[in-house]
Amino acid sequence: MAEDPTVEVPRTGKAPVLAPGHTFATVTDKISAIVLSRRTTLGWVMGFGVGLLLTMVLLGAVSYLLVKGVGIWGINMPIAWGFAIVNFVWWIGIGHAGTLISAILLLLNQPWRNSINRFAEAMTLFAVMCAGMFPLLHLGRPWLAYWLFPYPNTMQVWPQFRSPLVWDVFAVSTYFTVSLLFWFVGLIPDLGTLRDRAHTRFARGAYGFLAMGWRGSARHWKNYESAYLLLAGLATPLVVSVHTVVSFDFAISVVPGWHTTIFPPYFVAGAIYSGFAMVLVIAIPIRKFYSLGDMITMRHLENSAKIMLVTGLIVAYGYLVEGFMAWYRSDEFDFFMLKNRMLGPYAPLYWLLIFCNIVAPQVLWSRRVRQSVGALFTVSIIVLIGMWLERFIIVVTSLHRDYLTSSWGMYYPTKWDWFTYVGTIGFFVMAMYLFVRFLPMISIFEMRTLLPEAEVEAEAK
Amino acid sequence: MTEHESAKPGCKEKAAKLFSIARSGAKLDLAAIREKLSKATGPTYWRSLEELAEEPGFDEVMHREFPRLASEWPEGCSRRDFLRLAGASLALAGLAGCTKQPLEPIVPYVVQPERIVLGRPLYFATAFPVSGIARPIIVKSMEGRPIKVEGNPQHGASLGAADAHSQASVLGLYDPDRSQTISYNGSVRPWEMLQATIRAALAQQQASGGAGLRFLTETVTSPTLASQIAAVLKQFPNAKWHQYEPVNRDNVKTGAQIAFGQVVDTIYHLDKADVILSLEADFFSPAGLPGFARYARDFTSRRKMQPGVAMNRLYVVETAPSLTGAKADHRLPEISRTSIAHFIAAQLGVSWERASDGSVARASDFLQASEQPTFWPAVLEDLKQHRGASLVAVGDQQDAEVHALAHAINQALGNVGQTVTYVDPVEANPVDQTASLKDLVTDIDAGKVQVLAIIGGNPAYNAPVDIGFADKLSKAGLTIHLGMYDDETSALCQWHVPEAHPLETWSDARAYDGTISIIQPLIAPLFHGRSAHEFMAAFSQQPEQSSYDIVRGYWRSQFKGKPEDFETTWRKWLHDGFVADSGSKPRAVTVHPLKLPKPERGGHGTEIVFRPDPSVYDGRWANNGWLQELPKPLTKLTWDNAVLVSPGLAQDLRLATGNVVEIESRGHKLRGPVLVAPGHAVNSITLGMGYGRTRGGSNGSKRGYDAFQVRTSDAPWSASGVKITRVGKDYQLARTQNHQIIANETAIGETIKRAPVREATLAEFIANPRFAQEMKEEPARDETLYPPYEYKEYKWGMSIDLNSCVGCNACLVACQAENNIPVVGKDQVRRERHMNWIRLDAYNEGDLANPRTIFQPVPCMQCENAPCELVCPVGATVHSSEGLNDMVYNRCVGTRYCSNNCPYKVRRFNFLLFSDWDTPSLKLLHNPDVTVRSRGVMEKCTYCIQRITRARIDSEKEQRKIRDQEVQTACQQACPAEAIVFGDLNDKNSKVARLQAGPRNYGLLAELNTRPRTTYLAAVRNPNPELEKKG
Repeated sequence: MAEDPTVEVPRTGKAPVLAPGHTFATVTDKISAIVLSRRTTLGWVMGFGVGLLLTMVLLGAVSYLLVKGVGIWGINMPIAWGFAIVNFVWWIGIGHAGTLISAILLLLNQPWRNSINRFAEAMTLFAVMCAGMFPLLHLGRPWLAYWLFPYPNTMQVWPQFRSPLVWDVFAVSTYFTVSLLFWFVGLIPDLGTLRDRAHTRFARGAYGFLAMGWRGSARHWKNYESAYLLLAGLATPLVVSVHTVVSFDFAISVVPGWHTTIFPPYFVAGAIYSGFAMVLVIAIPIRKFYSLGDMITMRHLENSAKIMLVTGLIVAYGYLVEGFMAWYRSDEFDFFMLKNRMLGPYAPLYWLLIFCNIVAPQVLWSRRVRQSVGALFTVSIIVLIGMWLERFIIVVTSLHRDYLTSSWGMYYPTKWDWFTYVGTIGFFVMAMYLFVRFLPMISIFEMRTLLPEAEVEAEAK
Repeated sequence: MTEHESAKPGCKEKAAKLFSIARSGAKLDLAAIREKLSKATGPTYWRSLEELAEEPGFDEVMHREFPRLASEWPEGCSRRDFLRLAGASLALAGLAGCTKQPLEPIVPYVVQPERIVLGRPLYFATAFPVSGIARPIIVKSMEGRPIKVEGNPQHGASLGAADAHSQASVLGLYDPDRSQTISYNGSVRPWEMLQATIRAALAQQQASGGAGLRFLTETVTSPTLASQIAAVLKQFPNAKWHQYEPVNRDNVKTGAQIAFGQVVDTIYHLDKADVILSLEADFFSPAGLPGFARYARDFTSRRKMQPGVAMNRLYVVETAPSLTGAKADHRLPEISRTSIAHFIAAQLGVSWERASDGSVARASDFLQASEQPTFWPAVLEDLKQHRGASLVAVGDQQDAEVHALAHAINQALGNVGQTVTYVDPVEANPVDQTASLKDLVTDIDAGKVQVLAIIGGNPAYNAPVDIGFADKLSKAGLTIHLGMYDDETSALCQWHVPEAHPLETWSDARAYDGTISIIQPLIAPLFHGRSAHEFMAAFSQQPEQSSYDIVRGYWRSQFKGKPEDFETTWRKWLHDGFVADSGSKPRAVTVHPLKLPKPERGGHGTEIVFRPDPSVYDGRWANNGWLQELPKPLTKLTWDNAVLVSPGLAQDLRLATGNVVEIESRGHKLRGPVLVAPGHAVNSITLGMGYGRTRGGSNGSKRGYDAFQVRTSDAPWSASGVKITRVGKDYQLARTQNHQIIANETAIGETIKRAPVREATLAEFIANPRFAQEMKEEPARDETLYPPYEYKEYKWGMSIDLNSCVGCNACLVACQAENNIPVVGKDQVRRERHMNWIRLDAYNEGDLANPRTIFQPVPCMQCENAPCELVCPVGATVHSSEGLNDMVYNRCVGTRYCSNNCPYKVRRFNFLLFSDWDTPSLKLLHNPDVTVRSRGVMEKCTYCIQRITRARIDSEKEQRKIRDQEVQTACQQACPAEAIVFGDLNDKNSKVARLQAGPRNYGLLAELNTRPRTTYLAAVRNPNPELEKKG
């Protein structure tokens, strides 16, 4: 680390991407040991247990939902979308950071991403799973959800392609497919490593099956590199498109507070914002409990914090433009919507949102904060809350007082709303625990490229 | 038959043929058919193309479809043949679709009843009596099930309008909570045993001439029932007939007695009145004056802003905000209605004497005493200027004194014979009902009552508290209660007899103007109910008479023409729904010198006022879900009653809506939740009747508070000196229009800016008839890249006149009945999930102490640029070729995006399984033309598409277009004020097209470019310029 006098610290004062002292062997040993030889700790079991318990809560809430109907939630007639859509947008936004890290930063040749891309991608997958549950469950008749897909049928009825909800189906399902492929393809060389190092027959068999016959030959590597690059190319536009399409769900409508052209960029920025917050929320404990400070270094944390700062400012700009446009358009409905957000019954939540998303993250300007793990963790949690609130404010306050004053209403979530939401968090936690336990959470072979030894070829040139 | 059997093919052949038909149903030679038809002589009726083509096997299918005999299974059908046949039926069943069909036996008519065509409704004219007064109705019957109540267009008391109560009566008919068996002290007994008991009791009474025999009824207008009672009283001269119901007209009768020395009924002719002063007379509410539907029609006929029809002016002085108050051009919330009557009477030269001190009133006494120095003289002046065309009307709840004064005022203004007529009382035996009940209780106390028959009504619940009727009931010897429900009274009576619903039995009743209607049954009694006639017959010499025989027998005896003509006349009565020219005879009466009783009002402290509930009335419909969930017009409260408190008093007492208060009046106490009602008279609170039932059925019990607990016989309508203290926890009220709208500054400000309802004064309207259209800018129609929709045939549209709408809720219930709209219950209403397809928005404008209220019925706007259609991912809501936004229930997956994107929020969602799929009796209620929606499906107003479709079928059969007004939506049909007009906008001469072309027409939120197809006609008020100036 920085205090090691033998290491040349870059002039910029940045921490290294990989702490010195590692060789090919130590990197491989350290990461694979977490999966293969390290004993399952009590902490893991307890954390997993909490996740499992909350997943059971989710299952219970979903079962009850399927039996009774969406009426168990707090939604009503002016506010026909509630927690389900809020959570959907929130989760899918969180997923974005993973894709951004793995695909865009790969294309931009940012090698520091190598130590965080694997678990960030896993985070993406699990977040999209959580997100994907909600649009299904929020349907009045969820068993007919497949009607949103353009499948051939005897009635020759197709989805209504003008509806952004249909675009959503395509966007999210594509996103999930590509993310899954990208993650899995990236895993293959490491799965090969695990297969080779596994002690038990079962593990060897399982990893071997998943490694799909990976032998590490030059041809394999060549194919792998081009596939990975292609997938990165495919995934890159998705980072922008998915949340753009999600924002269309709102922007296409006539609801004041939704019908805004700033929504696509603002949603994408918000997604990356919350995504990086989640990356930090995951990275910081992992780094601590698995002593991975040498691989996920301060450099990673600081870079993530900087991206949060930038995207946070874009989000702040979005709020500003919304306010400006409401005034500039001099449309009474828009103007009232803004006033109602700031002063109406949900005003405390709005101001909390402003604090969480705009005020609190400004501390990230300070280098001392960016280098303090505890502070970063706190800010990230605040941002996650803030981004959830943002979606709540967008969905609920726009609907609860729209055009006709006679139809104004209030939205109060029920316990089932909370159970479902907390349940998905539990599912996410459980999935992450399983992931860190059974798969290499850091890409072994990509980490090895960060070692000085890997530079030999480049230097030779 | 033998021939048939011999011709029958063997089992194998049969199966083979079935297969061939199942496989090749459509193989037909059309040319051959045409040829055959051309060769035929005489009329040829054919059932299907196969028959014509004489397709081999058609006979076979016919035979199977219409089995005359059980010819299905000849002997010797082997197992293999059975399987082949089973296979054939499967192949046929497969044609029907893949979804699992519910297994249910279908029982066809063995003999098709005359006139019944399956799928076509039949209509029967009858009447629904409320407090004795007939409300003329026409009932739609589907295969013998009455499913919808409509108004009788030929009857003067309806003119096609149907009120909320009578429309909801079909739900009451099928109510599974109705009592179903005769019971004695709770155990089931046969009718014969009751008859025997009665006979024995009567035998005992014979000696004393029936001295211990008492009958207690509600208000009776039925000539048949009255004659039955009279016959029994003749036989038992010492027996007595008492009448009581809580919403009685005692004050009206006493008032007439004071003024004319006799009881007469007052009938108003609002169409002839230019200036109307209502002293709490509620013309428009179904819980208001009898004749409300006609009054609403007459009143609004002067408000259609048609050339040549001068607009009328309405002044209202009232305590609690009412529908009439909402329509008023000037409204004064005031406790003391007596003083304005005194003032006007005195100024018009009416003098009166006080019975107490003999003092004589002089006009000059009231000049200085004027409490409203601008309002009273202005009203007086206006009335004076319209002599003969003015009207002072008084509500039933007003003191007798006010009624008497109003009679004198109307006479002084020359209105009698013009805007007011006096007729024979409609009631068979008009008595002071409170006194009548008191007499009964006195007799019970004295031990004089051995047999008490309570025919209808629920006095144990709704009698004045000081009489203590419920406690006394046990002392009355043999007690028998006839009632639709096992209620509070039947619990205290020894015998309970289930009463037949008016739709289940023969009877008769008179409308507000005396016109007689014969009530005819639509269905046999569902729960073995007995009618009042059958019940009374048990006390007569012929105990086993049917209602039909009794009613018909009575009218035959009354028939003046040739006996052989009776049958034709009777049929005509039944067909028309009323007896022509049977209205009460006018009475020429003049006002005697007035001797007024001593004023009862203490006049100190806060006053308490009792009013029947606009929905459940006196509690008789407490178990009716439609009425319970019907938002009360002004407060939008459902499922509960509340203590209405003015904003001023609420401020003084630091009360807010939902606070629970204890009310103490004359030593009696009750607890109920407060509802702050803008426009309520300041120093007064209003209690609504009909709640707090203990045995009101599953919907009606334990809701709200029981106002009868503080209602005493000496102050039935208002009592002063009431104590109000806040107690306990807050109570959750369920209201459909959020409370914020009524008292929230933001909402009021936004409402004004958004102008959902638009209103001008008459002067402003004359100066600029298009004022409403100029309030908002509508985007130009050509600012689009897309071609406009083409509506080649019809283009349906609706016009709603805000100036006519009186807010009576009739359209809401009509829609609910027509479209199988479920009831969701209080909890769901509180969660803002009520299901009304047409809702009645109420907007208040102006000062909280006395706002002006405008009602706005909001159905689906059927937008041309419908935001809902665009966003549905599965195409479950689509634009039809006739401009409707069709809702395809079975395609809907329930994303609810359409509702979010609907600026009018008219869409309703089945958040849970709201429709009742289980209760057997309620299944009979459903309109078979409308889908019963399941959970998770969006629904909304369809412009009654089933009615359009039926009219289209009829018109296509006759090869013509649908005529204007041939299709009436349910809401339009029920509306007493003709505020809703539906029709084809492509037809420039249609009523709706002409209204939409008029100057007052505007589209709600049309600035959003939704191009609503339902548009509104702006309201115009006609204030007194004198008062406007000063105000």
